[in-house]
Amino acid sequence: MLQKLFRFHGGVKPAYHKEPSIREPIGAVPMPGELVIPLHQSIGGPPHPLVKAGERVLKGQPIGAPDGNVSSSVHASTSGRVKAVEMRLAPHSSGLAALSVVLEPDGLDEWIERRPVPWRDLPSSGVRDALRDAGVVGLGGAVFPSHLKVNPGKDGKLDTLVINGAECEPFITCDDAQMRERGERIVRGAAILGDLTRAERILIGIEDNKPEAVAAMERYAAAVGDPRIRIVAVPTRYPAGGAKQLIRVLTGIEVPHGQRSTDYGVQCFNTGTSLAVFEALELGQPLISRIVTVAGNVARPRNYEVPFGTPMRHVIDLCGALPDTDRVIMGGPMMGYLMPADTVPVVKATNCILVGSARLFPPPPPEMPCIRCGECAKACPADLQPFELYWFAKAKIFGKAQEYKLFDCIECGCCAYVCPSRIPLVDYYRFAKSEIWAREREKSAADEARERYEFRLHREEREKQEKAAKLAAKAAATREKLAAAKEGDAAPAPGAPSAEEAKKALIAAALEKAKAQKAAVGTPANTDHLTPDQQAQVAEIEARRAHLKEVAQSVRPKDDE
Amino acid sequence: MLNNSPFFRQPASVRSVMLRTLAALLPGIAGYVWFFGPAVLVQLALASATALAAEALMLRVRGRPVWLFLSDGSVLVTAWLIALTFPPIVPWWLIVAATAFAVVVAKHLYGGLGQNPFNPAMVAFCVMIVAYPQLMSQWPAVGFTDFAAQMQMVFGERRIDAVVMATPLDFLRTQLHTEEARETVSAILGAGATFGNIGGKGWEWIAGGYLLGGLWLVQQRIITWHIPAAFLATLVVVSGLAQFADASRYAGPLFHTLTGGAMLGAFFIATDPVSGATTPRGKLIFAAGIALLTWVIRTFGAYPDGIAFATLLMNICVPLIDMWTQPPVFGHKKGGPP
Repeated sequence: MLQKLFRFHGGVKPAYHKEPSIREPIGAVPMPGELVIPLHQSIGGPPHPLVKAGERVLKGQPIGAPDGNVSSSVHASTSGRVKAVEMRLAPHSSGLAALSVVLEPDGLDEWIERRPVPWRDLPSSGVRDALRDAGVVGLGGAVFPSHLKVNPGKDGKLDTLVINGAECEPFITCDDAQMRERGERIVRGAAILGDLTRAERILIGIEDNKPEAVAAMERYAAAVGDPRIRIVAVPTRYPAGGAKQLIRVLTGIEVPHGQRSTDYGVQCFNTGTSLAVFEALELGQPLISRIVTVAGNVARPRNYEVPFGTPMRHVIDLCGALPDTDRVIMGGPMMGYLMPADTVPVVKATNCILVGSARLFPPPPPEMPCIRCGECAKACPADLQPFELYWFAKAKIFGKAQEYKLFDCIECGCCAYVCPSRIPLVDYYRFAKSEIWAREREKSAADEARERYEFRLHREEREKQEKAAKLAAKAAATREKLAAAKEGDAAPAPGAPSAEEAKKALIAAALEKAKAQKAAVGTPANTDHLTPDQQAQVAEIEARRAHLKEVAQSVRPKDDE
Repeated sequence: MLNNSPFFRQPASVRSVMLRTLAALLPGIAGYVWFFGPAVLVQLALASATALAAEALMLRVRGRPVWLFLSDGSVLVTAWLIALTFPPIVPWWLIVAATAFAVVVAKHLYGGLGQNPFNPAMVAFCVMIVAYPQLMSQWPAVGFTDFAAQMQMVFGERRIDAVVMATPLDFLRTQLHTEEARETVSAILGAGATFGNIGGKGWEWIAGGYLLGGLWLVQQRIITWHIPAAFLATLVVVSGLAQFADASRYAGPLFHTLTGGAMLGAFFIATDPVSGATTPRGKLIFAAGIALLTWVIRTFGAYPDGIAFATLLMNICVPLIDMWTQPPVFGHKKGGPP
C-alpha cells in the first residue's frame, strides 16, 4: 500500500556530496593509544565519574553514573587502565574543557559480562532504567536520553512511531551505511521501541536519494515480518530529517515547539538509536561506539565504527586529510560545529567528522544589508519570517523576537543558505537566544534574591513577635507564681519554698533550658541517625567531591594563563 | 573563515537579483523604443550615470565600501524605473535631478540599501510631477520617432508642440472632465488613428513586453506571484465593475491593465522588496491597495497616472500590513491537529 505523504514548508536542496563516503563498507578503527571519554555526552545532568586513576576497567564497564533521571550512563569503550580523570578539551566549538576519563587501552578489548535484558518481563520503568544505564541516547545528533522518550504518552498508546533514516544533511552517510549493513538490527530495535511505546504502526522514513538503503531496509523488514513496520521513501529535501519535519511528512502532524510529540500520538527515534536499543536490550551491550562518516577534504572518505573517546585526528588519518585542510567540523555543513582542534574525541553526538578547507567551504563574499526579498521565509521549514527575526535580533528587540517565535527556530541554516545578502542569519538567532536566556537567568536570580530577602524580613518580624509573646506569657506566669508565694507568706504552709527560693528556681530552670538549646543547635540535624549503607554513600560522595575539587584546582591555573 | 554553520551557501547575491530584474525590463524597453523612438535609451543612460554618481558620492560621504555597494546593481534598477516612468522627451536636467533626488534623499538619507521605506523611483516621480506637471505630461506622439527632433527636446530649449501629446490615460481623463462627459469613453479612445483600441496604440505592446519580463521574474523566483496577481486582479475587478455600471464614463479592464504604468507597476514597482509587504497575505493586500488607489487616482484625480502615488501611500501601510498578516508558524496553524 502506498503511504500518503505530506509536505513541510520551505527547505532547500543543497549539493549532497554523499556518494564518495558510501562506496566502501563500514570500516573498523585500530585502537588508538589513548581514549579521552568525556563524561557529559548527552542532554541533561553531567554523569559522575565512577572510576579513579590507576583503576583497570573492562570494555563496557560504566565509568560515569547518570546524574538523576535526565542523564545517561557513560562506559569504557575498551578494556584498559584509567590514566586520569581530568579536564580535557571537549568536542564543542566553545573550546572549553570537560571532565573526561582518560583511558589507556590494554589491547585485550575484554568485555564485561554481557547479559540480555529481559525487557518483555520488566515493568516499563525497569526497561527505562536499563536503557539509561546502557547509555542509549539519540544518535541523530541531539543526544537526548532515549529512556525519557520510551513511553506511550497520555493515551497509553502511540499512533505512529517514526524511525528517522532520512539523513538529510549533505556529506553524512552513517545512517545510510548502517541501514544497508545492519538493517536487521535496526528493524528489530524499531519493533522493540514499537512494543515499548505501544505503537500501532512503525514508519521508517528514508530520503529517496538513498535507494540502496530503502531496498535493503525493505528486505530486512520483510525478513523480520513485523506487520506494523513499513519502509517509506520520502522526498529528498533538507531538512526532511529534522524530527518534526519527518513526522510532518509521514503523518501530517505538526508538533509545536516545546510540546511532547507523544501528546500528538507520535514519537521519533533515529535509526542509529534503534540499533543501539536493540544492542542494549537484546545483547546487553552498552553504547560504546558509533558509526561516523569521515568526509569532505579527505582522500578516502568512508564510514567507520569508532569507539567513543577516539581522537578525531586518529580517524581522519585513516582517510588522508588533504594538505589544504584548515578545519574540522562535527556534523554536517548545514548544522555542524567547528571543532577547536582535530584532537578532540569522538562522542555520541559525532555522526560525521567533516574535514574542511577554504576550497570546499569558501569564505562568503561580504555581508550586504537585508533587502527583505523573503527568500529566507520561503526556505524556512518552521514557517518563520527569518528576516524579521534578524531585524529584531540585530536591534536587540528581544521581546519582539520572541513574539515572532524565535524559539521555534531549529537553526537548520536554510535561511542563511539562501540569503542573497549572505547574512549569517543563524548566528543572529543564536545570539538573540543566548541573550534572552542570560536575561532570564539574571531575572530569576534577582527574583530569588528578592524573595529570600523578603522572607528574611518576614521571618525576623515573626520571630520578634513570637519572642515578645513568649516573654509576656512568662512574665505573666512569674507574676502569678509570685502572687501565689505572697499568699503563702501570709499563711505559710509547712515546707513551702519562700518567694526568694521560687525566683532562684525559675532562673536556674531558664539557664538549664538555654544550655540545652545551645547544645541542640551545635549538632547537624539530618546525618545523625543513618544506616551504615547511607553512611557509606555519604563517605563516597565526600570522597568524590574532594577528588573533583582537586581536579578543578589542578585545571584552574591553566585557565589563569 | 566561517565559524558557525551553515558552512556553505547557495551562490545567490543581491547583484544577481538586481541584474536579472534589469534583464527582465528589456522586452518592455524594446517595445518602448519601437513605438516612441530611441530617446528613452538616452534617458536610461542619463539616469544610470546620475544614479551611479550619486550612489558613489553618498557611499563615500557615509563611509561605506563604495565598490561593494555600487556593484550590487540596486541603484540601476531605481534609475531604469525612473527613466521608464518619465516621459522620454523630458529635458535632461529633469531626469538627472529626479534620479539624484531618488538616490540621495529617498535611498541614502533613509539609510541606503534595504532601509528605505518608500520606493525611491516613485518618490522621484511624485516630486517631479508635483514640481513640473507640464513637462511630466508631455509624451511624444506615436510615430514621432525622429531621434534628432527628440534629442532637441531633451537637450534643447524648444518644445515642439505638434509632436507632443498626452498619454491615452491622460487624454481620456481630460476629455471626460473638460467636455463634461458629452463624449463617451469609446468615442474618445476610438477617435483617431493615434490610439489603438485596447491600451492606446503602442502601449499594449509595451505592457506586453513588461508582462513577459515579469513572468520570467516569477519563473526565476525573484518575485512571487502574489503582488502582480493581486494588482492586476484588483484593477480588473474595479475597472470592470465601474465599466459595468456606466460604460460611457469608465474605461474597462483591458484599457486599465494595458495602459500607462500598470504592467510595470504590477511586476517591477510594487514588487520592490525593500519598501513592500513581505508576508504572502500582506503582499496580496499591499498590491490590491495599490491597484485600487491607482484606479481611483486615474479616474477621479488630477494626475495622468496614479501608480506612483498609490505605491507611496501603500508603502506607508507596510509595517502595519506585515504585522497583521504574520503567517502561523510550524505547529501553530489553525485547523491543524490539536
